[in-house]
Amino acid sequence: MAFEGLAERLQGTLQKIKGKGKISEADVKEMMREVRYALLEADVNLKVVKEFVKNVSDRAVGQDVMKSLTPGQQVVKIVKDELTELMGGEQSQISFSTRPPTVIMMVGLQGAGKTTTTGKLANVLRKKYNKKPLLVAADIYRPAAVQQLQTIGKQLSLPVFALGTDISPVEIVKQAIEQAKEEHHDVVIIDTAGRLHIDETLMQELKDIRAIKEPDEVFLVVDAMTGQDAVNVANNFNEAIGITGVVLTKLDGDTRGGAALSIRSVTQKPIKFVGMGEKMDALEPFHPERMASRILGMGDMMSLIEKAQANVDEERAKELEEKFRTQSFTFDDFLEQIGQVKQMGPLDEILKMLPGAGKIKGLENAKVDEKQMDRVEAIIYSMTTQEKTTPEILNGPRKKRIAKGSGTSIQDINRLLKQFEDMKKMMKQMTNMQQKGKKKMKMPGLDSLFK
Amino acid sequence: MSFFKKFKEKMLGSTPEAEETVSITNKFKEGLSKTRNQFTSKVNDLVAKYRKVDEDFFEELEEILLQADVGFETVTELMDSLRFEVQRKNIKNTSGIQSVISEKLVEIYNAGEDDVTELQLEESDLSVILFVGVNGVGKTTTIGKLAHRLKGEGKNVMLAAGDTFRAGAIEQLQVWGDRVGVEVIKQSEGSDPAAVMYDAVRAAKSRGVDVLICDTAGRLQNKVNLMNELEKIHRVISREIPNAPHEVLLALDATTGQNALVQAQTFKEVTNVTGIVLTKLDGTAKGGIVLAIRNKLHIPVKFVGLGEQMDDLQPFDAEKYVYGLFADGLDLEEAEEIESDK
Ligand SMILES: Nc1nc2c(ncn2[C@@H]2O[C@H](COP(=O)(O)OP(=O)(O)OP(=O)(O)O)[C@@H](O)[C@H]2O)c(=O)[nH]1
Ligand SMILES: Nc1nc2c(ncn2[C@@H]2O[C@H](COP(=O)(O)OP(=O)(O)OP(=O)(O)O)[C@@H](O)[C@H]2O)c(=O)[nH]1
Ligand SMILES: [Mg+2]
Ligand SMILES: [Mg+2]
Repeated sequence: MAFEGLAERLQGTLQKIKGKGKISEADVKEMMREVRYALLEADVNLKVVKEFVKNVSDRAVGQDVMKSLTPGQQVVKIVKDELTELMGGEQSQISFSTRPPTVIMMVGLQGAGKTTTTGKLANVLRKKYNKKPLLVAADIYRPAAVQQLQTIGKQLSLPVFALGTDISPVEIVKQAIEQAKEEHHDVVIIDTAGRLHIDETLMQELKDIRAIKEPDEVFLVVDAMTGQDAVNVANNFNEAIGITGVVLTKLDGDTRGGAALSIRSVTQKPIKFVGMGEKMDALEPFHPERMASRILGMGDMMSLIEKAQANVDEERAKELEEKFRTQSFTFDDFLEQIGQVKQMGPLDEILKMLPGAGKIKGLENAKVDEKQMDRVEAIIYSMTTQEKTTPEILNGPRKKRIAKGSGTSIQDINRLLKQFEDMKKMMKQMTNMQQKGKKKMKMPGLDSLFK
Repeated sequence: MSFFKKFKEKMLGSTPEAEETVSITNKFKEGLSKTRNQFTSKVNDLVAKYRKVDEDFFEELEEILLQADVGFETVTELMDSLRFEVQRKNIKNTSGIQSVISEKLVEIYNAGEDDVTELQLEESDLSVILFVGVNGVGKTTTIGKLAHRLKGEGKNVMLAAGDTFRAGAIEQLQVWGDRVGVEVIKQSEGSDPAAVMYDAVRAAKSRGVDVLICDTAGRLQNKVNLMNELEKIHRVISREIPNAPHEVLLALDATTGQNALVQAQTFKEVTNVTGIVLTKLDGTAKGGIVLAIRNKLHIPVKFVGLGEQMDDLQPFDAEKYVYGLFADGLDLEEAEEIESDK
């Protein structure tokens, strides 16, 4: 299904430009079409996309992208920087009242994750800020909403203020704040019922709750999978009750999360936390840069490391390390490496995620050709067992045979042999270095493939 | 006869059947928009706004559909076939195009298949319906509504509390069971959901139940362990009754964007989803991604959720849905323009 990243999509355009030496304004325009598509696929709101694309185009043209040696990368960079900037800085601090208790309201659509986040937030407040929070069950509508919060309270050993479902939420909150004062709870977190942003009666209820004691934080809880409608939701909630920040939940899924950008650009309020799971410790600060990469489908370091760890079997990695050190690494091992690399996903994306890959000389232009990988595989498959373990024996006739068998040329084979030798050398250096630094080996040999 | 004419006649006729259609459609529309305009005036508005079928018109239509979460690919496909049709039929003004648009949309949705909203249940034996979906989309609530509906049809219904994980999930289903007046089979929080299903199927068999509806915990489709757990639940049910589950309904939140397609695909792979319930259509989101889901994965929408109450569940109707999809959009656009004109 069409969930390619921007960088990948731009490849097509770049391919065309490559021969031209320079890129024209029309090329930028074509690239911007890809940017538009990538953002729409990521669920960024159409109007936000339009404005964004306009800004980026202006910047791209103004910055003389055309003169740059790597216009494609330059465009991606501009897009990503602009996106990161729009997302705002990292702002996960919480405002506390000088007149305790601090009041925090959780609001949002049905099922967004308010009740769960109420628990998670209380956990953070206690652990990180040394607070003594009181949770308030102000959802009298959803079946068993009160029990849900009480169960969470029990899990965390935190008190929950509840008066059942026959008393109005406004009254419940009033009494909760009184009790918090008496019992010296310095923070009150109010779990409100999910409601539609167009439900006037229920929006009024939030205003009434808000009026009891000016809240220090009003968090809009939004599902990261939200589509185009995120702007309407965020706008209405913000206008009706004035939110102070956003919590983006369910980001542990595989959604691109373009809603983050939509919400941010219509409310200008910071996204403070992200929900990364159903458990009570799965609340993390929001990282604008990571989010920007994610929206553009460029992945990020974290996910690369996770992927690499999931795919590289530790035992096997140790074995390989030994082989590198002793120079007994064969073409069979090489094949296995290629297989692993392929499993990790599109190579360009992985390359982009590599730490400092952009800074390695000669690598910033590397365009990974997956066909090239296939060719390499075909060559190795056409070798005999002996040839694979002792490539030194490869003479003219043997090479000819392999070229024929794999549908490649003698030059292809020579290139591969050279790469293989280079890689072995480099791996030896690297593993020696790593042994000294006692670091774990992540992805042996990957970069040498692209030189 | 064009879709609009057919639709209008259905709406304006005064047979009992037509009256029923009107009330359901009203509920549907109320859900879809919240604008109180009459149907006829809406159609007039459309015609009034665009006289000519030109690039501006296409562009605006494209934007409306994109903003309904239909998704770039499907929208592009639709626009292409629309342009072709307009050329072929030599359509110059908008009075001719409305029916073409809705026909094309319904066509994309149906993709040559018959519209199947009916639940495929056993006539005189126990049927099992399994609910699946990501977190917070409305599975448990829909089960309550569906139980109410089936009970209203004279069926003997039972519920299985298969979400043993989320705080308060069992209590929530129990509240729905009490509301509707049906029995809920449950175990304690944290127990094995497959074991709950096993119990429930046994109980349903021995008590001569017609329909057993099974709740499951919400799970994101990229969590391998949780998807394996779901597969096991599915297996346990099939082992007890060969044809079961008779329906596997995926709850989809209408506010969800393009990820819904991945959800549908993954859940289908794991549990062989037979239908979709599109929930929360009473908000401003349209859930347009169901067009792509039906088109690509051939999963039909069977019901729509229009609120949090017991009777806020309606069978899906592609024509009405498609109409709401773009007619409302045009209304909104217009309202905005009027705003900015002031
Ligand atoms: N995977 C994942 N699930 C989450 C996250 N946050 C919440 N959930 C789940 O989402 C579902 C809905 O969460 P709730 O906390 O009940 O949502 P709510 O906003 O309180 O819902 P209403 O009160 O009905 O409006 C539950 O299944 C939660 O476990 C998250 O960050 N990741
Ligand atoms: N407005 C509206 N709200 C709905 C609809 N369907 C469900 N809800 C609300 O959405 C929230 C979540 O519904 P649940 O039924 O708990 O969702 P779920 O999929 O069972 O959630 P988990 O079990 O936590 O994954 C509740 O507040 C419901 O009242 C609908 O059609 N319209
Ligand atoms: Mg809640
Ligand atoms: Mg549930």
